[in-house]
Amino acid sequence: MLEIKNLHASVEGQEILKGLNLTINAGEVHSIMGPNGSGKSTLAQVLAGRDSYEITEGEILFEGKDLLELEPEERACEGIFMAFQYPVEIPGVANTYLLREALNSVRKYRGEEPLKHIEFAKYAKQKMEVMQISDNLLKRAVNEGFSGGEKKRNEIFQMQVLEPKLAILDETDSGLDIDALKVVSDGVNALRSPERGFLVITHYQRLLDYIVPDFVHVLVDGKIVKTGGKELALELEDKGYGWVEEEKTAANS
Amino acid sequence: MSITLSEKDNGYIEGFAGFKKNAPGSSLDWLQSVRERAITKFSELGFPTPQNEDWRFTNVAPIARSSFNILENGHDKVSSSDLTQFQFEDTEVAELVFINGHYSKELSKYGNLPEGVILKNLADAIESEQEIVKSNLARYADFKDEAFTALNTAFMEDGGFVYIPKGIVVETPIHLLYISTDEGTPSITNPRNLIIAEDNCEANVIEHYTSMTDNIYLSNVVTEIVVGENSTIGHYMIELESKKAFNISTLRVQQARSSNIRSHSVLLGGSLVRNNVHPVLAGEGCDSLINGLYMPSHRQHMDNYMKVEHASPHCDSRQLYNGILDGRSRGVFHGRIIVHEDAQKTDAKQTNRNLLLSDTAQIDTKPQLEIYADDVKCTHGATIGQIDENALFYLRSRGISKDAARDIILHAFTNEALESMGVDSVKNYCYKLVTNWFDQRKEEQES
Ligand SMILES: Nc1ncnc2c1ncn2[C@@H]1O[C@H](COP(=O)(O)OP(=O)(O)OP(=O)(O)O)[C@@H](O)[C@H]1O
Ligand SMILES: [Mg+2]
Repeated sequence: MLEIKNLHASVEGQEILKGLNLTINAGEVHSIMGPNGSGKSTLAQVLAGRDSYEITEGEILFEGKDLLELEPEERACEGIFMAFQYPVEIPGVANTYLLREALNSVRKYRGEEPLKHIEFAKYAKQKMEVMQISDNLLKRAVNEGFSGGEKKRNEIFQMQVLEPKLAILDETDSGLDIDALKVVSDGVNALRSPERGFLVITHYQRLLDYIVPDFVHVLVDGKIVKTGGKELALELEDKGYGWVEEEKTAANS
Repeated sequence: MSITLSEKDNGYIEGFAGFKKNAPGSSLDWLQSVRERAITKFSELGFPTPQNEDWRFTNVAPIARSSFNILENGHDKVSSSDLTQFQFEDTEVAELVFINGHYSKELSKYGNLPEGVILKNLADAIESEQEIVKSNLARYADFKDEAFTALNTAFMEDGGFVYIPKGIVVETPIHLLYISTDEGTPSITNPRNLIIAEDNCEANVIEHYTSMTDNIYLSNVVTEIVVGENSTIGHYMIELESKKAFNISTLRVQQARSSNIRSHSVLLGGSLVRNNVHPVLAGEGCDSLINGLYMPSHRQHMDNYMKVEHASPHCDSRQLYNGILDGRSRGVFHGRIIVHEDAQKTDAKQTNRNLLLSDTAQIDTKPQLEIYADDVKCTHGATIGQIDENALFYLRSRGISKDAARDIILHAFTNEALESMGVDSVKNYCYKLVTNWFDQRKEEQES
């Protein structure tokens, strides 16, 4: 479903991703872990189409299409969703308005009829229950004055509504207490299916107890330096990232 | 015979001599004496220059250089079907219509106003409601230091007169509609509105300045609102003048104890626009909400000059002005807050936000706090920026097209300044004006 080949990305002339390779097949959950500043969010933003990053080399294919040719909204309509590490506040735009516009844009792209107010309300209602989103939160301006936990829940709620093929979660667990973590994980797990892929970026093994990954990758300095199964996450939590780098240096010398 | 006013050869003073003889209420000594004092003041002051701190960012030389005719009546050019484009949908209003500054009885309608409420054109009210007019007119709007107010006071002919007796709630919005139809040499009107609410009243008054031509003219407006104890007045200023027109307006509000003013300005038209808003919170426990939206484009110049005067304790004022600037336009927000010595426990807040849509648009924003009391809360904040790229990307990443995402962000910004409007039909009318503005911009970009 997603193929990233030798991806190099830089910002303001500084290279951040330095030859990254990653393949995600439908039905798989991949987790990326790595130290601060290693390029995890950069990868997520590049996949979503942020244009402040310059792609200097490599390619990204999504269901065989050249992703880098697509605008951010086209990627979303093709089925890519990124839950932001830092969701953006948009004063004056109601959460529910954004959601309906988003859903109807995606439906239009697929040649489907837009949902009317009532249909949308009904559809959103089920998703709200899963994500424990109150009516009040739905009416408020997007992310404005939301607590950290509310912002993260709201991201997953949006994902629930849009039902993407590939979901990229950028530290959706950071700053959540255990109850909120469960809600968020349930929201993600409810969407798991053989047609869907997930890329879960996190610092904490804890999340992976709830969203069990098929693969864990370690991203250091813009490259994936190690890939393993879910037990790798435990090992990383235990020993930090240092040993991966040492191991790699040893192997190279 | 028409009268021409210009700065050359003492034109204003000579014009005044001719004007005075046939002006409405010319037989009333008190009124003629007010006019005399005003023209004297005006000739002393002259038009302000950028050396004057209050006019630093706005040069009125184009006005000072022009000569303007005072027009005779021109009602014949307008029929009631021409008015629909300026009217609010789904609402019954009382409406005074002025064509080139002159009241049109045929085009006006009075709706269903409660008994005791007086709605008239000022020229008639000067005669029939002499006592009320005499004790209020020109009492609040200062013409000793303000040249344009002095000019208006000297040459005022007509305008809206509203009187609301004690305890009356006026549900019907009152629309004061000024339309320019002039096509000849530049003309001047000096609309003068007087709105008086006794205690425990409620009403909404909409001033609306617009045009059916694209001629050069000057609307030099002064409005005085006297708000009685515990009364709430909603005031709307919709400025939609022709592309070449000048609009200088002064709103002076006098607030008694526990009264409430909600002022909304929407500036869209005109080449050179100055919007003076000057509430005086004179009684204890008043509330002032002063909101506005200005959207200059091309070479338009729009200046908002706020003077919020806290003169008594325990009053709250809230200012929110949003500006969207495009083309080579220029905007000004000058926000004065004056807290007098007695005005303890004042709570004043001022916010001015600006979005620049082009590299060549310019905004000057300047807060000016003059605080003479010690136990007060005054905050102010101004922002100038482009559309938030993060917000844009966030919306796009959810599948919304770039154009639609921009629209959503811009509308959210304009709505912030409009949503507090209490009369829904007027609010919807303003939303529509704003949407038209965006549509027109799109058309121009595409062509
Ligand atoms: N827009 C930008 N402008 C300048 N530098 C940037 C920008 N975005 C990212 N960087 C830099 O790129 C590097 C990688 O950042 P990135 O956010 O991808 O890291 P991360 O792995 O997500 O870190 P964290 O775990 O802290 O979220 C950092 O050094 C960061 O400062
Ligand atoms: Mg990050």
